Amino acid sequence: MADELVLLDFWPSPFGMRVRIALAEKGIKHEYREEDLRNKSALLLQMNPVHKKIPVLIHNGKPVCESLIQVQYIDEVWHDQAPLLPSDPYQRAIARFWADFVDKKIYELGRKIWTTKGEEQEAGKKEFIECLKLLEGELGDKPYFGGENLGYVDVVLVPFYSWFLAYEKCGNFSIEAECPKLIAWAKRCLQKESVSKSLPDQEKVYGFVLQLKKIFGIE
Amino acid sequence: MSKEELVILDCWVSPFCMGVKIALAEKGLEYEAREEDLFGGKSDLLLNSNPIYMKVPVLLHQAKPLCESTIIVNYIDETWPSPPLLPPCSYGRAQARFWADFIDKKLFDAGCNIWRSKGEAPEEAKREVIEILKQLEEALREKAFFGGDTFEFVDIITVPVTSWFHAIEKFGNFKVEDECPKFSAWMKRCMQRETVAKVLPNPEKVYEFLIMFRKMQGIE
Repeated sequence: MADELVLLDFWPSPFGMRVRIALAEKGIKHEYREEDLRNKSALLLQMNPVHKKIPVLIHNGKPVCESLIQVQYIDEVWHDQAPLLPSDPYQRAIARFWADFVDKKIYELGRKIWTTKGEEQEAGKKEFIECLKLLEGELGDKPYFGGENLGYVDVVLVPFYSWFLAYEKCGNFSIEAECPKLIAWAKRCLQKESVSKSLPDQEKVYGFVLQLKKIFGIE
Repeated sequence: MSKEELVILDCWVSPFCMGVKIALAEKGLEYEAREEDLFGGKSDLLLNSNPIYMKVPVLLHQAKPLCESTIIVNYIDETWPSPPLLPPCSYGRAQARFWADFIDKKLFDAGCNIWRSKGEAPEEAKREVIEILKQLEEALREKAFFGGDTFEFVDIITVPVTSWFHAIEKFGNFKVEDECPKFSAWMKRCMQRETVAKVLPNPEKVYEFLIMFRKMQGIE
């Protein structure tokens, strides 16, 4: 039986982008379905009743939820093509640690930057840059977090690059000025088709953020 | 394997540390547990091993540090494969990871909302804990353990927080057994395992600890 894969997603979601990249890296055919988050489909609610969130990966009718879990699942099932996690257990633990760090920090801090102002926003910006610098430290002189090739942490982090312009404009600062190494890394990732085809244009994301600010009445 | 190979930087009351210790015990591994004084002053070893979060647990395997309890338990399972803590098939593993992630993100913090509040615990906080436990009951269904017939990954990640339930019940003025009898039965089943019974602290001690902690934080 041919594998049936459906991805329930939302174009600006960095979490959805992770799954898109993983599937593209491994050349896995799948059906992409755009969800309207103000009017979630019956399928989404049925497949992810606990969180009711995208992305949801449906493999032969069975749902897998939460992007880090989905990327690990894809890596295990299609383990022969473009492996994302290292084979050594200690290196895997390190990769999982940094992916978890990205999950704990980057989304919430980014959100703080575009939804707040004044002191709160300044605190958000400061911590955001500190986190990016820690990630630069982990990257070191390697071309990718995964070493010579795109790995798990690259897939988990690079989607947020599509939101950087929105953060910069809302926060009135330059990420490249503070973290040039990280920007260079992101641009290197974007040279890969799996990434460039999975990430939306930064201007498009900025437009989306401006719309959200209007809807939520954020100046 | 000699004892010196595995060291856990520990705190007796931390459910996250308990999970790691249960996993090590399930694998029959010997280790040295070093109690950290989280109030008096964290050790240099802890601060150097976990500079990002400066938290316990940290597992040192041949002096190499591992942080974040669920990641540590995964590492233990991959390094010492027998007996396995995760299901053999990828889909089963994804399901186990999903529930472990759900517990990690929701259960401990929801419990904290009850004992951290001044005066009477808000009804909303109690409702949230009960709702989470009911969702876990749904995942458990008629199985003995989350993994099925055998005590596994999700059970290991979940059971430690239950040592805080006696305290949470006292502060919240409710009983888990009344609201979620299935979950309560699963708790009792887990406590029959030597690995769990030896690691989990006396719930009364946890309650005393939280009374002291609340006083320290100025919550009366």
